[in-house]
Amino acid sequence: MWQNILLKSIEQGLVFGIMALGVFITFKILKCSDLTVDGSFPLGAAVAASLIVGGCNPFFATFIALLSGAIAGLITGILNTKAKISDLLSGILTMTSLYSINLRIMGKPNIPLLNKPTIFSIVESTLEKIPGFPLKYMYLILFLIIAFGVKFLLDALLNTQLGFALRATGDNPQMIRSQGVNTNLTKVMGLSLSNALISFAGALVAQYQGFADVSMGIGTIIAGLASVIIGNALFGERSIFISTAAVLFGSIIYRSSISLVLSLRLAQASDLKLLTSIVVIIALTAPEFQKVLNKNSKGGCKHAGVEKHIKNL
Amino acid sequence: MLVLKNISKTFNHNTPYENKVFSHLSFKVNEGDFITIVGGNGAGKSTLLNIISGAIQADSGRIILNGKDISKVPEYKRAVFIGRVFQDPMLGTSPSMTIEENLSLALSRSNNISLKWGLNINKQKLFKSYLSNIPLGLEKRLKTKVSLLSGGQRQALTLIMATMKKPDILLLDEHTASLDPKTALLVNNMTEEIIKKNKITTLMVTHNLEHALKMGNRLIMMHNGRIIMDIKGEEKAAMDIPQLLDKFEQTQGEKFANDRVMLAR
Repeated sequence: MWQNILLKSIEQGLVFGIMALGVFITFKILKCSDLTVDGSFPLGAAVAASLIVGGCNPFFATFIALLSGAIAGLITGILNTKAKISDLLSGILTMTSLYSINLRIMGKPNIPLLNKPTIFSIVESTLEKIPGFPLKYMYLILFLIIAFGVKFLLDALLNTQLGFALRATGDNPQMIRSQGVNTNLTKVMGLSLSNALISFAGALVAQYQGFADVSMGIGTIIAGLASVIIGNALFGERSIFISTAAVLFGSIIYRSSISLVLSLRLAQASDLKLLTSIVVIIALTAPEFQKVLNKNSKGGCKHAGVEKHIKNL
Repeated sequence: MLVLKNISKTFNHNTPYENKVFSHLSFKVNEGDFITIVGGNGAGKSTLLNIISGAIQADSGRIILNGKDISKVPEYKRAVFIGRVFQDPMLGTSPSMTIEENLSLALSRSNNISLKWGLNINKQKLFKSYLSNIPLGLEKRLKTKVSLLSGGQRQALTLIMATMKKPDILLLDEHTASLDPKTALLVNNMTEEIIKKNKITTLMVTHNLEHALKMGNRLIMMHNGRIIMDIKGEEKAAMDIPQLLDKFEQTQGEKFANDRVMLAR
């Protein structure tokens, strides 16, 4: 039984890790508090599920879901940079609008995908033909390939000139403007990319769990943040390569601890959002406690700036 | 080559805090000028640089660079031909990125939004050669995050970044004011060397009258948004600090004295 729980946790950790990578782009790279996440995650699920039910190829449906997320991020970005609405409020506005939009797309609050073709059922029917293939580990293998594929692509992007400009936009917008970069443009691009990944993850999760639900986005941002923070705390952020890997491992650890708490019956499934918030609160306040505990240590918290930024939420 | 025509700027228009900084300021910078700008607090020195760079938009008036009116060009586009170093060492570099990544941003100043790799061996060699010109040992620390550098090292880096691609105009806003005397001297020497070698037209704001007299070929003194003295060449070379202070008192009937100026003597 434990083996199965662990397997499921790693699978979930990887697929939600793609969402956490999206959160990483806004919170750590752009240093911008984007709450569109809670809307763009179910948006991806809604778009993919509706298209699949409508008879569309699941791979194409997933791709369209990714594009829909990019558009959601684009709108948040435009609200923020052109309409000069604060990043926080822009995200909340898009997120709230998306709730209605998702219902419109789906036509009902829940779309089951049980007997529909999904990208997983298609892959499974192909793999079945290979004798001796461990189908039990299919999701694990697929999610490993997809999540780390996304990670390596993101690493590569962040090491291009555009990637440097994105990173500098979050780090020091005045400086990167004086190097000739339109920070409004880079911000919009970053938000689009982030929400594209988040919707992509939403589309995968819907097909993985066999349904899309309009309320499946609630608390996504906190889960994403928890993954980013846990990964950051355990593996540090010496380089982009390590930071993005840390996000994926953070996500796996986060999902594993949730499974553990649930299987030991320490809490009910409905308590999870509360528990997650408490984990994030502890992670964010830990540096302050640390400072009190060892007064002599000078730079008690290396990432004080970012943590403070997240706290400003 | 850089002409400012009838520049006016008022902050907090129509409020009790209304602050008229410039009214119809005009002046001309010739090609190759290295102008030092002095003046008391609130004289409008920094605002002048900010208006030229586009960080602040003037209410009216025109800015003409090399015959082109750039008054309406946004800051990030002007940045392609205007190099800047700020007073605050934190402002000129991206702290969580490495030295080489920062330099790469400066090297590709006009085409930063491209999907080419940010770094390659040729660029790294180039950066090493740039950095080995200054005695700070930065050429061995290309992969160090800028947040680990001292203020002086950051200002030196910012100066290299601002001049790596020769700008039409270099704007220095008290760029050595927050450094210790030894580092300030080093950065100042570096500044003079780079400007001379590349013949860069420069505007440098300083509170240090000695620097203002020693450096550059032209000196401008500002007060209440007006240029009250503009000397160059031999006239400037003949000037010393007491004379400069006297001259200010003559024109203004008040003492050009605040703590920073007095201490800078």
